[in-house]
Amino acid sequence: MSGKYQKVAYYPGCALEGTGHAYNRSTKELGKALGLEITELDNWNCCGAMEVKNVDPKLQTYLSARNLSIAQDMGFDTVMAPCNGCYHNLKKAEYDLANDTGSREVNSRLSAKAGHNTYEAGKVTTIHALDWIKDAIGEEGLRARVKNSLKGLKVANYYGCMYTRPRHIFPEKDKGPSSESTLKPHFMDDLLAAAGAENVEYPLKTACCGGAHTLSDSDTSTKLVLNLLTTAEACGADVIATECPTCHTGLEMHQMRAEKVFGRKTTVKILYFTQLLGMALGLSARKVGVHENLSESAAFLRARGLGR
Amino acid sequence: MSGMRSTQLDDVAARLDAIIASPDATLTADAAALADELLALGATILEVWLSARGATPTTRSFEGFRLLALQRQGARGDASFNACRETCRELVYHRNLVSLDPGHAETARRLRLGAMVARHLALFIGGKLEVAGLGEFCCSSRSLRQGEATPAQIA
Repeated sequence: MSGKYQKVAYYPGCALEGTGHAYNRSTKELGKALGLEITELDNWNCCGAMEVKNVDPKLQTYLSARNLSIAQDMGFDTVMAPCNGCYHNLKKAEYDLANDTGSREVNSRLSAKAGHNTYEAGKVTTIHALDWIKDAIGEEGLRARVKNSLKGLKVANYYGCMYTRPRHIFPEKDKGPSSESTLKPHFMDDLLAAAGAENVEYPLKTACCGGAHTLSDSDTSTKLVLNLLTTAEACGADVIATECPTCHTGLEMHQMRAEKVFGRKTTVKILYFTQLLGMALGLSARKVGVHENLSESAAFLRARGLGR
Repeated sequence: MSGMRSTQLDDVAARLDAIIASPDATLTADAAALADELLALGATILEVWLSARGATPTTRSFEGFRLLALQRQGARGDASFNACRETCRELVYHRNLVSLDPGHAETARRLRLGAMVARHLALFIGGKLEVAGLGEFCCSSRSLRQGEATPAQIA
């Protein structure tokens, strides 16, 4: 345990208030169980997501920067964002404000117009929930706290495409063995292994889930997800662990749709890494929001003595 | 997606499905050749994408592999194409596993996983081609209207 990140600002983002609520619940409960303090940003706004970014990237930068400005006003130098999309956008805002004059000008003008402090790059660091647990508690710290080991659980760790891309907005990654890798991320693997899980070699851990296709071209999304699921099963996984609400919901929805539309049934379970870690620490399935997932995994977990 | 491109990708997908469904004995009979075929199928997938964008697919190699050079070519000016960078590297990795030790007990499984990785690449490219005018759909894409918006519009 490094002592880092014991108190951080929390930016849940829109998805965690909707379809990803189980991730919100399990992140908060995991923090509580580990003695970590998180404080939700006051009056936070959308990070700009894909929609605003596609209309104007500088406006998206401003929207993300406003959240960083709130964190600064609340006295924090670190914001933890569990959603890959939010994490990516906040990191991108940091990069753009540090490197692009036009982004700084738009941010200043809109901040003044909205009547809040203008955020300046470098004042607040954005971290993912994986960084938070990895650096605040670490594998040794987790191992010491495990009450209900994930032993025997074979897990494919799925990181999605936005956690590591584009590489230039994540200067802290690829800095050696203890840092995260953009080629082959491993933080989730490390944490779940510390909780007793057996990670399988999963060759599609950063491959596209078709998230952006979900509504406009559902069949493509379903086929991409089906390939993620069947590959995980071919690797011997019982569970796909996720760390992004969009990927997670996409995997769940298209697992069902693959069966309905293409007659392809897969049985691999889909759970947030925070849910798995929470249950390893002895929290109940209900406490970590397993009942809020779209897919059913309660019976599977019960059979393995998890989440009781 | 134009008919020819669709046919090419469909042919590749059909071959990959056949590899995945093959019995172990078929896969291990000439494992090294099959591993090379997986790389070649991956290259065909990327060629479809590059040709659709009016580019001439490179014949060069990067880190010893044409597949990686094609991926880099596709990503030039289109950062979202890097969403398949690791998929291509995984394909190379699986090919190497088999080529360096074709008699390994895991060879059939490695070939099947390699084919599943290649299938993901085909689905990804097929999805990108599906969008009218080769437009962006990717989560990490750049703005469609990046050149249009001016500070005055959003002030």
